[in-house]
Amino acid sequence: MIALLARDLKLSMRAGGGALIGVLFFMTVVAVIPFGVGPDLNLLARIGPAILWIGALLASLLGLDRLFQAEREDGSLDLLLMQETPLVLTVFVKCLAHWLATGLPLVIASPLLGLFMNMDEVAIGATTLTLLVGTPAITFIGAAGAGIAVALPRGGLLVSILVLPLAIPVLIFGVSAVYAAIQDPAPFLPPFLILVALNLFFAVIGPVAAAAALRLSSD
Amino acid sequence: MSEPSLAIRKFSDLANPTRFLALVAIVWPWLAGLTVCLFAVGLYLSFASVDDYQQGQTVRIMYVHVPAAWLSMMCYTVMALSALGTLVWRHPLADVSAKAAAPLGAGFTLVALITGSLWGKPMWGTWWVWDARLTSVFVLFLMYLGLIALNRAMDDPTRAAKASAILILVGFVNIPIIKFSVEWWNTLHQPASVIRMDGPTIDPAFLWPLLIMAFAFTMLFFTLHVLAMRNEILRRRIAVLRRHAARSAGEAA
Amino acid sequence: MRLVAEGLSARRGEDLIFRDISFEIAGGEALLVKGANGSGKSTLLRVLAGLLAAEAGTVRLLAATQPVERLGEAAHYLGHRNAMKRELTVEENLTFWKAFFGDFAGGAGVCVDEAVDTVGLGGIAHLPFGYLSAGQQRRMAMAKLLVAWRPVWILDEPTAALDVAAERMFAGLVTAHLSRGGIAIAATHQPLGLEGLRELRMTGFTGAAETVW
Repeated sequence: MIALLARDLKLSMRAGGGALIGVLFFMTVVAVIPFGVGPDLNLLARIGPAILWIGALLASLLGLDRLFQAEREDGSLDLLLMQETPLVLTVFVKCLAHWLATGLPLVIASPLLGLFMNMDEVAIGATTLTLLVGTPAITFIGAAGAGIAVALPRGGLLVSILVLPLAIPVLIFGVSAVYAAIQDPAPFLPPFLILVALNLFFAVIGPVAAAAALRLSSD
Repeated sequence: MSEPSLAIRKFSDLANPTRFLALVAIVWPWLAGLTVCLFAVGLYLSFASVDDYQQGQTVRIMYVHVPAAWLSMMCYTVMALSALGTLVWRHPLADVSAKAAAPLGAGFTLVALITGSLWGKPMWGTWWVWDARLTSVFVLFLMYLGLIALNRAMDDPTRAAKASAILILVGFVNIPIIKFSVEWWNTLHQPASVIRMDGPTIDPAFLWPLLIMAFAFTMLFFTLHVLAMRNEILRRRIAVLRRHAARSAGEAA
Repeated sequence: MRLVAEGLSARRGEDLIFRDISFEIAGGEALLVKGANGSGKSTLLRVLAGLLAAEAGTVRLLAATQPVERLGEAAHYLGHRNAMKRELTVEENLTFWKAFFGDFAGGAGVCVDEAVDTVGLGGIAHLPFGYLSAGQQRRMAMAKLLVAWRPVWILDEPTAALDVAAERMFAGLVTAHLSRGGIAIAATHQPLGLEGLRELRMTGFTGAAETVW
């Protein structure tokens, strides 16, 4: 399993890997927002956490469709399916590798982008923390979509369409927790803990669904 | 089609598409008739009922809106049960049932959204409010559309059925979470003045037409569902015949 | 060790590809699956590997060194595609598969260098897989069979795109595998250069396909 993790990480670093593309996309999305809403620093500070979250959500979905499709195209998926190792575990490890390669860079880049958005220290810290907890959930539930659309030649857009409605709770509680941290009366912990719970829940349901879909899709 | 072997003795006999088609041929005129009668009574009562003292005429929208919203959820439940049938019992009719239900569900959800919006304009002064219910119904609508898109994207019906079955079940598990989170989000942002549909009690004068309309809509769903399933079975038979034709042409050559 | 297949039928989409295929192979024996294009050779192999659900019938591995639920757990599958990543070096690819496969009870795979030497490509393991020619890539995919021990080899057109020398090399690999008590099942048009093999001739299913509709 560690071998699989190492291989997927290596693959994402090599040419054609998606590790950097996600961060670039994230930065670009966040960078174009001020052009849309205007350079008002107060407004940007207010909507900043939401922008970062939406940017991270979209960037996490980017490249998710290749998670299993690349394995299927070169025949590796067949061999992964045949092993004694439970497929759910294999899928879980692949998700983990995908998150380390694409999700974690987003989390690391978010404080920098927070500065661009004129957010204060608390807001930046809260956004980074919630992204750290929330982006794995998006990857896990996205894996279910990727497994379902694995056999489709142009599954990329479809994966996003299928996954986005399911990811709404993550977005809601992620952003809620950030705003709760900034605005005094609302407590930070409840939404944050729900976000953690969502993460754990998706960490189970995503790989299970993806594994079932992969088994059924093989032919 | 009068051989005794086609008689349906057990529920599992419905697994046979031919028997199912025979049953549909008998049942659907009755279902359709019942639907028409219920709608006649329901619509009459809806229009005959008194105006609400607050909402006036617009209360009648409720007689369409609430049943449609109820069906948007029931239809997903039917699809989830069918999805179980596909994955657990590998029942070919379950594939057909789930596939036939998706556009119906999308349709009823759209009706619920449109009527909700029509009702909202005079009540709330705007076509759309990010109210918890409207929002979760809208998300449900998006999920229906995603399912339809997935079904259309795959050309092999058996595989499409399995893939959508998994998606349906994942969605089914997630719907309560989405609903819960949308409500949380809503209480966080909502201005307190929005009028809610669910008053403390519903007057019986409104309840009866509403119940009958809900029943009529449910029957309408079953009629359409059964007919859509019949069409889908016939469509697959045609596909099989075409494939046979292609193969026998290849052999003759 | 015996591999027993009983009454196998398989369907692809709506079409019944073959039906009622039974055979039995003992350790040290090889089975050559022959037949025209579209006769269902690949489908049979995928059913054996557990990648495609059989419509009917069972595949069992009896008296194996470790109990198996599915034959796939005890088998190597060499399909049309090589299952190697173009971006990684050959060595990285093979090291990954060696670690991921693990050895089946009762045998041990050779180390990566030795496997690469055995397929006759020693010295280029440090190159990215994508740089190799089609023939070299196929040989490296064969090296994958050697790095982890599996008693059963399921080979789908293993020597397509290979020259005569490589074919002979591969025949040697299979012979060595059989002499260790392994089982090999290969679908192929070409003679594998092996003597005294049992053959299964697939005719394809030509009758009217039954359908639920």
